[in-house]
This record gives sequence, C-alpha cells and structure tokens, in this order.
Amino acid sequence: MRITLRVWRQPGPEAQGEFRTYEAPEVSEDMSFLELIDAVNEDLLEKGEEPIACDSDCREGICGMCGVMINGLPHGPSEGTATCQLHMRKFQDGDLIEVEPWRAAAFPVIRDLVVDRSAFDTIIESGGYVSVSTGSAPDANEILVPKSASDAAMDAAACIGCGACVAACPNSAAQLFTSAKLAHLNLLPQGQPERWDRVEIMVDTMEEFFGSCTNHGECEKACPKEITIDFIAMMNADYVKSKFKNRRRLGQKKAG
Amino acid sequence: MLTETRPSGDTSQKPVPPRRQREKSGIWLVDFYTSAVGKKWVMAITGIGLIGFVLSHMVGNLKVYAGAEDFDHYAEFLREMLVPIFPRTVFLWLVRGGLVMMFVFHIHSAISLARLNLQANASYATKRDYVAANFASRTMRWTGPIILLYLIFHLADLTWGVEPAATAVFERGEAYANLVASFERPVVAGIYIVANLALGFHLYHGTWSLFQSLGVNNPAYNTARRYLAGGVAAAIVIGNCSFPIAVLAGVVD
Repeated sequence: MRITLRVWRQPGPEAQGEFRTYEAPEVSEDMSFLELIDAVNEDLLEKGEEPIACDSDCREGICGMCGVMINGLPHGPSEGTATCQLHMRKFQDGDLIEVEPWRAAAFPVIRDLVVDRSAFDTIIESGGYVSVSTGSAPDANEILVPKSASDAAMDAAACIGCGACVAACPNSAAQLFTSAKLAHLNLLPQGQPERWDRVEIMVDTMEEFFGSCTNHGECEKACPKEITIDFIAMMNADYVKSKFKNRRRLGQKKAG
Repeated sequence: MLTETRPSGDTSQKPVPPRRQREKSGIWLVDFYTSAVGKKWVMAITGIGLIGFVLSHMVGNLKVYAGAEDFDHYAEFLREMLVPIFPRTVFLWLVRGGLVMMFVFHIHSAISLARLNLQANASYATKRDYVAANFASRTMRWTGPIILLYLIFHLADLTWGVEPAATAVFERGEAYANLVASFERPVVAGIYIVANLALGFHLYHGTWSLFQSLGVNNPAYNTARRYLAGGVAAAIVIGNCSFPIAVLAGVVD
C-alpha cells in the first residue's frame, strides 16, 4: 500500500517547526507504525537527509516511550494500543497520515516527534514510593492483600507513563496518569503509611505542571492501557480526605 | 522508581521546571481552594446547590398553569417562608444570599481553572479528533457566560422590573401578570428559550461531571449517571421552555 506521511519536523527545542511530506510507496499492511517510520528514515538516510526523530524502546506496548498524535488521535485510531502496536492494516491504500508530537506546555518538544516528559518523573519522585523494612526476607504472604484490591491496583499499575492522557486532554491535564500512579500504591496495604501524604504531594506537584480536569473523558479513550477515569474520581476523593487526615495528627509536622 | 543522578552541565537532561508555584497559606481551607482539585470540589458542591435551585424554581413555576391566583399566592409564600421563625422576607433573603455566594464561588473557580487550563495547553497544528468529549462538555465555557447574562436579564425583567428588559406594565408583586406581559414579546420568549437550552447543555455535563469531581462515583452507576444528567437537563429545558411557549400559544394569559 501507498502512504503519504505529513510529519512535524523541528530540529531542536527552540527551533521553529514545520510539517514535511514524505511518500512511502511500498508499505506492508503487517508493518507497525514505527516500522513505517523506520522505512521512511532509511530512505531519508540514503538521500542524505536527517531522519525523523521519534522515541521508541520495547515496541511491544509496555515501555511507554513511543507515542505520537496520528491523525488527531493519540497513538492513532486503534483503541487500547500504543503507537508501536498500531499496524498499517488500520489504514487504507493512499491514505494521508498526519503525525505530530504530544502538545502540552509541560511537554516541550526536544526534536521532531520527541517530547520531554520529565514532568511525569517529577510527579513520581514527589510521592510515588513505599517504605519497606530492610533486613531479613519477610515470610511469604505475610501481608494479606484482598484480591479485588490487588486487581484494581494492577489495573492502575498498567500505566506506562506514555503521556497520551495529557496529549488527549483539551486542558493538558495529567489527572489520569497521576491518579493511576496514586491508585497503584494507595489500594495496597504496603501503600497505606504514606497514602495521605502521597495524595497531597503528588496532586500538588501535578498542578505545578499541568491543567485541571474538566471530565471530558478523552484521556481514558486515548490510554493504550485503557485505564479508567474512575481512578481520577478516587484521587479527587482521596485529596479532600487527605486534608482531614493530615490535620488529625495533633499538630505533628508531616514527614518529608 | 529510581531517581537517577542526571549528568550535570548537559542542559538537555535537566527535568522540565515547574510552570507555576503555589503559595501555601497554612490555612487548610484556603490551601484546598487554591488547588485545582479543590476548586473542582467547590464547583461541584456549588453546582449541586444551583441545580437544586434551578429544579425547585422550575417546579414552583409550574403553578403558572394553575392560574393567576395560585401563582401569586406561591410568590407571596416565598416571602413568607419560615414566618414566624423569621420576620417576613428574611428567610428569602438568606436563601438569596446563599445563592449569590454559590454563584460567586462557582464562577470564580470556573474562571481561574479556565485560565490555568489555557496556560497549560499547547494547541495542535493538525485537526484533533475528539472521541469522548461531547458538545455539552466542550461548550461549558460558553454556556456558563450565556447563563450569567440571561440570569441578569431575567432578574431585570421579572424581579427588579428594569426596562427595557421588563415590560412597561411591570408591577411589583403581580408575578403572574408580569410574566405573561413579558413572554407576550416574541423576542423575549426567544431569549428565554435559547438561554434555557444553554442551561440544559450546561446541566447535562455538570450533573454527570460533579460525581467525578467529588470522587463519589462508582463504576456500577456510571451509566445511570448519564441518564440522571439527561433527565435533569431534559426536565429543566422542557419545564422552563414550556412557560414562554404556553404564553405565546395563548394557553396561559
């Protein structure tokens, strides 16, 4: 099949970007979207042009590195998949595909389709941890975890931090990412000691970078891991609870 | 997650700095309100109060179909609510004060969140393809101001009696006659109908959305929330639009 790509090219963070059009005349429908870009890049290298920069790592939908806006949809038209899992059979022969990097004020473009998502790391660093006792290995199954809690925590932990939720959000809000990271730890017994501090600090850190939620629900449709916005509701409830819980500590200062 | 030590001197490896810093006042309610999640809570709670007001206002006004006497009697009852616990009209003024406070917080949180979102956003050069966002959720920023302008017009028309919003024959206390005289003007009837359609869209997204903002939703009831939102919006639009239509059709005169 023949595909025309219209790709955002931007040589550096400060440089002015523009769209450039590339033809891919022989595309196999079994190719993934990243393999299409690889093929276009090989052509570009042969012509002595700069190849298109895009992030990728595992190419099996679990690392969260790849992720671009494809025809106005984060990770493209197929639901519950990352860009690397999008196959060209989802497109028609002769299609024009427009490719753009994630856009958010907190996700500056580094080059072409690559954006800096370190704001996510800053959110995780602020509270995405649990404290564990070191020393000899604890007995297995010493901490009991309800099955439903472990399942729900696993659903949240499926978040690969790709940034599609922010990219999809008309407000560039990172609620889905932050709430998934919070629920992942807050649902489990191991996450309880820091739960209320974690909610406060991670929400506050998130708000230093991103917009606020207006409940459109675009993020859950864009999420390659199909994380639901019910986790956002949980975060909203926990945030207000944290204000009461932390105040019950008889004037003790919070740790950290 | 491991926090790696990033190589120094290489500016491209530094994390993106925060875009805004919030000052903590130390008073937890103030701190809560300065956070976006807190503002959404305030918006949801004031929204519940305002939905309650709009619904009871619509239900109360259905008495227009019972005739002038019943309708004016209902208007007088509102002034005499909780008499003799409070003197006449005092409780009504307390309710009005509460409503004004709810409007102020609802609008203030809306404006400051909209500003935050505009700053956080960077627009796409290609056309976005929205999948989940609907017309109601996308137009909250427009239906809100329309409702505010309409509210001012509505108060000038039927409460304060300020021309040209109100008719020349406006008389305080003559609720039924004022309403009929006002709605007999087709342009004014049109304004009421258009504004109530905007209100319907606003309430449709608001009613669905407030459960999410308060974090009181349950996946088992998420579908029911859509029906509830549709029901509230439909009740308001049908009820409120029926008044000008009934006057224009001559059912109420």
